[in-house]
Amino acid sequence: MARIVSTLYAAAVYGFIFLPVIVLVLFSFQATLFPIPPFTGPSLRWYEAVLRDARLTDGLLNSMLVAVATSALATLLGFLSAWGFARFHMPASALMRGLITLPLTVSYLIIGMGLLILFNWIGIPKSLITAGIGHVVINLPLCFAIIYSQMGDHQANVERAARDLGAKEWQVLLLVTAPMLWPALFASFFLSMTFSWDEFVIAFLLTRFDTTLPVEIWNLLRAGLNPKTNAVGSLVFGVSIVLAIVFELVAFRKRPA
Amino acid sequence: MSTLDMSALVSIEHISQDFGQTKALDDVSLAIQPGSYTVLLGPSGSGKTTLLSILGGFLQPSAGRVLIGGADCTGMAPAKRPTATVFQDYALFPHMSVGSNVAFGLRMRGIAKAERLARALDMLRLVGLDQAFDNKPHQLSGGQRQRVALARALVVEPAVLLLDEPLGALDLKLRRQMQDELKAIQKRVGTAFVHVTHDQEEAMALADHIVVMNNGRIEDQGLPDRVYGRPATRFTATFMGESTILAGSVEGKGRIRTALGVFEVAGDIASPEIHVAIRPEHVQLGGDILAIVTHVVYQGSFKRVTAVPNGAPDIHLLARLPADSPVSVDMPVSLGIDPDRLIILAR
Amino acid sequence: MSAGRQSLAGWASVSPALLWTLVFFAAPFAAMAAVSLFPKDGGGFSLANYTQFFANPSYWRALTNSLEVTLIVTAVSILLAYPFAWILAFVVPERWQRLALMLAVLPFWTSYVVRSYSWLLVLAEKGAVNNALIHLGLLAEPIQLANTRAATVIGFVHFFVMLLTLTIFANLKQLSPNYRKAAADLGAGPIRSFIHVILPLTMPGIMVGAFLTFVLAIGDYITPQILGGNNELLMPQLIMMQIGRRGDFASASALSIILMAVVTVAYLLCARWLKIERA
Repeated sequence: MARIVSTLYAAAVYGFIFLPVIVLVLFSFQATLFPIPPFTGPSLRWYEAVLRDARLTDGLLNSMLVAVATSALATLLGFLSAWGFARFHMPASALMRGLITLPLTVSYLIIGMGLLILFNWIGIPKSLITAGIGHVVINLPLCFAIIYSQMGDHQANVERAARDLGAKEWQVLLLVTAPMLWPALFASFFLSMTFSWDEFVIAFLLTRFDTTLPVEIWNLLRAGLNPKTNAVGSLVFGVSIVLAIVFELVAFRKRPA
Repeated sequence: MSTLDMSALVSIEHISQDFGQTKALDDVSLAIQPGSYTVLLGPSGSGKTTLLSILGGFLQPSAGRVLIGGADCTGMAPAKRPTATVFQDYALFPHMSVGSNVAFGLRMRGIAKAERLARALDMLRLVGLDQAFDNKPHQLSGGQRQRVALARALVVEPAVLLLDEPLGALDLKLRRQMQDELKAIQKRVGTAFVHVTHDQEEAMALADHIVVMNNGRIEDQGLPDRVYGRPATRFTATFMGESTILAGSVEGKGRIRTALGVFEVAGDIASPEIHVAIRPEHVQLGGDILAIVTHVVYQGSFKRVTAVPNGAPDIHLLARLPADSPVSVDMPVSLGIDPDRLIILAR
Repeated sequence: MSAGRQSLAGWASVSPALLWTLVFFAAPFAAMAAVSLFPKDGGGFSLANYTQFFANPSYWRALTNSLEVTLIVTAVSILLAYPFAWILAFVVPERWQRLALMLAVLPFWTSYVVRSYSWLLVLAEKGAVNNALIHLGLLAEPIQLANTRAATVIGFVHFFVMLLTLTIFANLKQLSPNYRKAAADLGAGPIRSFIHVILPLTMPGIMVGAFLTFVLAIGDYITPQILGGNNELLMPQLIMMQIGRRGDFASASALSIILMAVVTVAYLLCARWLKIERA
C-alpha cells in the first residue's frame, strides 16, 4: 500500500517536473507557426532558423566565453582566498569571510543594479566585460564557500610536509594544495559555469550590443510564442545536459582509493 | 545439531541468509543462555553482524527462525521483540539531550514524563553519567557516548541486549577500560548480552560463551579458555591468537610424527593425517629441538621469538619467552614443547 | 617562515577576492545607497524615495505581493519536495537512486528564461493544459492560467521543488541509517520516528533550502514577468520598471535597498541554521 502511494506520488512529481520540458522540446519540432497543440511536426525548420540567426549564434558564443572566463576567475579568486583564510591567522578573519560570502544573500537584480549605477557614474560603457564582472561577483562567494568548506587540517599537514621537503609557497599551492582539492575546484568551476550560462538579469542590465544567449532569448520571447524559441531553448537544454553528464562522470566517478 | 535446549533464552534455529548470490549465513543454529555474555567473534564478512541484525529484527532471514523466551520472533518488528541494540556508531539523537535520549524508548512506550526521566537518570547513574543528563551527545567523549547508548538500550529492560562492535570506535586504552565496565554492568543488570567483535582479546575478556564465525558458519563455540586452548578447527586456532601449524601423521596410539620430531600425546586421535598447532607460550627454552633464532621482538613483559629448527628449515617456530631470556638473532637455541599442550586439528 | 612573511602570504592570497568584493559589490552598494538619497526630480538630499514607498499603496502592494508569493512558493515547494526526496532516499532501491535523482533535477539545467517560457506554453490559452482539459471534457472554454499569480507560483515551485529535492535528499542520505533503526528498536513507529528523530535532524537542511528559495524567489524578475505578466507587480518588476520605463535610478536604488533589507531580516531569522563550516 505504502509502495503504491509512493510510486504514484513520485510519478506525479516527475510528471510535473518534466511537463514543461516535454512541451518545449516536442513543439520545437512543430511544422507550423505556433508551438501549441495539435502537434504538426516533426520538422527541423525552426532549428534551421535558429542556426541562421546570427544574433542567436553570436549570443551562444558570447555566453560560452563569459561563462568560461568568469568561472575560471571566480574559482581562482575563491581558491586563493579560501586557502589564505584556512592556513593563516588573519585579523578579523570571520568578518572578512562574511564579506566575501555576503553577495550570496543578495539578489542578482540588486547586484546588477549596483554595478549599473557604479559603471554609469564612472563612465564605463556596458559590454560583455561589465556583465562578466557581475558574474564573478555572484560566483566568487560560491566558489569560496565550496573550497573553504573542503579545506581540512589533514591537508595542512600535507602542505607542511611539502614545505619541509623544500617546496616554495607557490609550489605548495600549485603542486600540493590544488591537486588535493581538485574535486572542490572542479565543482566550483562547473557550478559557476552553469550559473553564468543561465544568468539573465545582470547580463540584461550590463550589456548593450553584444549580449549573452539568455538576453537574446528574452528578446525573441517578446515576439510571443514561437517554435523558434522552442528550438533555441531545446538547444540550450541539450548543451546543459551534456555538461551535466560530463560533470557527473568526472566529479562523481568512483576513483580507486 | 539440534537446538532443543529448553533452558535457552534465545534459540536460533537453522538460520540462512542469502544476499543475491552470496550466502551471508549458512544454516546457523545457536542457543543463548539467560544472563550470559555471548560474543560473536569473526573476521569481517563472517556473518556475525548479519546474525546480530537478524536477532534485532532489522533483517528477515531467508530461512530458519528465532525464538526468544520460547516465542517465535522471526517476523517480529524490532520494537516488538524483547531486544535492544547498541549501534556501532551509537546513533544517539544529536538534537536531544543525553537524558532525552535515554528516556526516548520509555516515551515511545507512553510512560509519563516524571517517571521516564527518573528512570533515565537511574540508568545513567548505573553507567556513571548522571551528571551528563542535560548535555548534548556532541559534548561527550567517545567512551561517554558509548555508555549513553548502553543506558538508552538498557532502560527499556530488554531480555537480550545486542551490541554491534560497540567498542570499535574507541582507542585501544579506552577499549580495554570499557571492556571491564561493560562486563561489570552486565553482571549488575543480569541481562543477556550478545556482542559482536572482530577483536579476539576483547572477546576473551568479555565472553562467558564465545562463538567463532567464519564464512557464514559457526566454526566453534564454548568457554573462552576451551576455545583458545582446544580450538575445534584450524580457522579457530589461527584466528584466536598466534600459533605455529605443522602437518603431522599419527603412528599408532597417541604417537604423532611431525617435522619437529615425534610427540606422545594422551588419548586417541581419529584420523591418521592431522595438523598440530603450537601456541607460542607453550614453547620454552631447553629441550631437544635445535634451532637458530631469526627474530627477537622485545614486548616488555616477554620476548616474541621466531626460530628456524635445524631439522626443518621451512618452519618458523613462534615462541613467547620470558623477557630476561638470553636470546638474540642468529643464536643457536634448544627449544622444548609440552606435548600435552599441543592442539590437534583435523586436516 | 617568519611571522612577517606568513602574514604577507596570507594577505596576498586573500586580498584579490577581498578587493573584488569591495570594488564590485560593496562600492556599487554604497553608490546605490547614495543615489537613492537624491531623487531624480532634483532638490538635493531627501528621503523622498523611501517615504514614497510607504506612502504610495501600489509600491507597498508590490512588497506584500512579493512576500505572499515567496512564502507560498517556499511552503508549497517544501511540502512537495520533502516526500519526494524521502521516496528517492528510502523507497527507491540504492542502485537506482543516483539515476532517479539525476532525472528529478534534469530540467534544472534548462535555462532560466527558457523554463519560464516553457510554462507559458503549457499554461497558455491554447496551451497543453487547457487543450487536455477540454479534450477530456472537463472544460468547455479555456480558462486563464497564464498571466496570473498562480502561473508565477507554478513556475517558481517547479524550480524550487528540484532545488529542495536535492538539498533534502542530501540531508536524508547523510543521516546514519542507524538513527531510524534505533528509533524503531526503541519502539517508535514510522510516524513518531519521523516526527521525533528524522524531521528534527533534517531541519537544518530544510532551513537552508527554504532560505535559498526565499532569496532566489523574492529577487527574481524573469518568472513573474513572463508568467505573471503585469497584472500584479512584484518587487523586482517594480524595480525594473523604474529603470526601464522611467530611467529613475534613484527610486530603483531605494526599492532595491528595501528589498535587501527584507532579505536580511529573513537571513537573521534563519542565521543559526546557515553556518558555513569547514569540514
